[in-house]
Amino acid sequence: MKLEFPILQIVDENGNLVNENYRKAITEELVKKFYYHMIRIRTFDRKAISLQRQGRLGTYAPFEGQEASQVGSALALEKDDWLFPTYRDHGAALTFGAGMSRIFLYWNGRLEGCVPEKGKKIFPPAVPIATQIPHAAGAALAEKRKGTKNAAIAYFGDGATSEGDFHEGLNFASVFKAPVVYFNQNNRFAISVPIEKQMNSETIAQKALAYNMPGFRIDGNDIFAVYFQVLEALKFARHGGGPTLIEAVTWRYGAHTTSDDPTKYRDQSESEVIRETRDPLLRVERYMKSNGIWEEEWVQKITNEIAAEVEQAVKEMENYPKPNVNDLFDHVFEKPTWTIAQQKEQYLQLIGREAR
Amino acid sequence: MMIEKAIVNSTKTNQLTLVQAVTDGLRTMMEEDERVLVLGEDVGKNGGVFRATEGLQKQFGEDRVIDTPLSEAGIVGTSIGLAVNGFKPVVEIQFLGFIYPAYEQIMTHVSRIRMRTMGSFTVPMVIRAPYGAGIRAPEIHSDSVEALFTHMPGIKVVCPSSAYDAKGLLIAAIEDPDPVLFMESMRIYRASREAVPEGKYTVEIGKGKKLQDGNDVTLIAWGAMVSVALRAAEQAKKQGITCDVIDLRTLYPIDKDIITESVQKTGRAVIVHEAHQTGGLGNDIISIINDTSFLYLKSPIERVTGFDVPVPFFSLEEQYLPTPERVMKAIEKVVHF
Repeated sequence: MKLEFPILQIVDENGNLVNENYRKAITEELVKKFYYHMIRIRTFDRKAISLQRQGRLGTYAPFEGQEASQVGSALALEKDDWLFPTYRDHGAALTFGAGMSRIFLYWNGRLEGCVPEKGKKIFPPAVPIATQIPHAAGAALAEKRKGTKNAAIAYFGDGATSEGDFHEGLNFASVFKAPVVYFNQNNRFAISVPIEKQMNSETIAQKALAYNMPGFRIDGNDIFAVYFQVLEALKFARHGGGPTLIEAVTWRYGAHTTSDDPTKYRDQSESEVIRETRDPLLRVERYMKSNGIWEEEWVQKITNEIAAEVEQAVKEMENYPKPNVNDLFDHVFEKPTWTIAQQKEQYLQLIGREAR
Repeated sequence: MMIEKAIVNSTKTNQLTLVQAVTDGLRTMMEEDERVLVLGEDVGKNGGVFRATEGLQKQFGEDRVIDTPLSEAGIVGTSIGLAVNGFKPVVEIQFLGFIYPAYEQIMTHVSRIRMRTMGSFTVPMVIRAPYGAGIRAPEIHSDSVEALFTHMPGIKVVCPSSAYDAKGLLIAAIEDPDPVLFMESMRIYRASREAVPEGKYTVEIGKGKKLQDGNDVTLIAWGAMVSVALRAAEQAKKQGITCDVIDLRTLYPIDKDIITESVQKTGRAVIVHEAHQTGGLGNDIISIINDTSFLYLKSPIERVTGFDVPVPFFSLEEQYLPTPERVMKAIEKVVHF
């Protein structure tokens, strides 16, 4: 069992391939897919912030800077796998097939935002920290019991590793050899608290040792490293190997949420430096340029397509039927209890509407 | 042939204790439905610390009767994943007093995944938990915190006081499409035996049971407090006071009708529960009576409950717990108001 957890890279900051083993696997199609999805979720993210600023969306948790981690991991999944996101992982959910207007709806306080597209096993985002970690163990264990080759991925941040549920979930997954990938995005800040104050461990990856599961520390801004490492962990899981813990070291450029001001707790010039040097999209752009597959026309084309897609999703969100007051009461139990039925009836009477 | 067998099964009974009836209910449902899994600490080889899962692992295997790590949040959290992915976990929390690490999972996920996803994901899970004082257990083991869960929207709470009800309610809980907290009073786990039918039957969740008819006072209790109420009713009878005794059986949703019907007849009520008074379920019952039967009341409603103190070490638990004498005092008070 290894005791060192160096940061693994496949493509470095300058867009150079630094691990020759992957040269064959990195096709032009794959690289374009990476770039397409990263620019897509970045466009979504910026739009969401802008909508929030205009009062057209609720509080929003941005992920700009973490696109490589979210896209690379989600693209490694098969369609029947499970995805357990947090509130900052809608980039991963979008890449895996969540409806864009639904994600907007979620951030606009609508229950409809947690209804997955048909057949998509995307769990509603975990808002309490780390609670999704045992859920993923359970869903994965269920797949194993059913005899499928499906796996689960659970997303969580660096702060989550301090929660009991992180340890309880990893322990369960390990004891029962559940086919699950624990994908940590270490963006080094839990709201305002830096990782140095979060833990005394040198890495998050090393926590895998305690559960006797493989642990890897990767450059979370290198989508190649993310994609191939998650792919390998999923393959390991599907073939009975059990869980893997992956620590993707990354950075969020902006605030924890639109209600937060990061300048209160950190020097935002660091974000600017990272944006110029280690940006996940810039890295792929550099890789594409140095490999002669960067086409301005193609970039322009997808940029336009994505802008139209995002505008369309905003339109769908804003034209969505108004919230139905019945939904306040009708989904707590399969059949409402008398207390809920009575409260609903009295309230509807008060506001002068018929129950449906 | 199958039909014949079912008839034979349904008429044959066994004399079982409450805890044996729980085992019988689990076995019945595990035989019927392969999706039913039992998970918990010591539930497998050991058959549970109270033997509630005795013999189940031998019969159904380690894959269905699962000894878990000592990890309440992990047990409930993992079971959420199992439940949303097609299984019906029946989780044992070794003592209700140890459920607190799992409280977050129950409050933020078990009870609200259906609502958050408008029914796309559901958690048909049963959480069994032995509860209550009166068996000289070490501290913390004796908590009775049903109100923490009846206050929580999205979970039903059940608490049988007899072997027959325990089996029937447990089967109903396992078949329920929504999560159910199933509280088992340790004090009456082996207090008596009664005839329990073999095979499958259900007791409807949300329905109380009238155990005794009277005209002067309605006594409302559940779990171990039912026998306390019955003993008080016996004492009252000697003074010529007759009591309706209601075993509530389900703590959420409460059987409003059985309470209403009885209080409108007697005009007086005494509620007995071993949980703390402030924020206790007795207050919700008073509210129901206010809402339905205010003009029928001949006296204020009395509560006989545990005190607003932590459940004490066992040397003081008899002082903490409601007794027939305390209930009798309350009966006299409402009668002579």
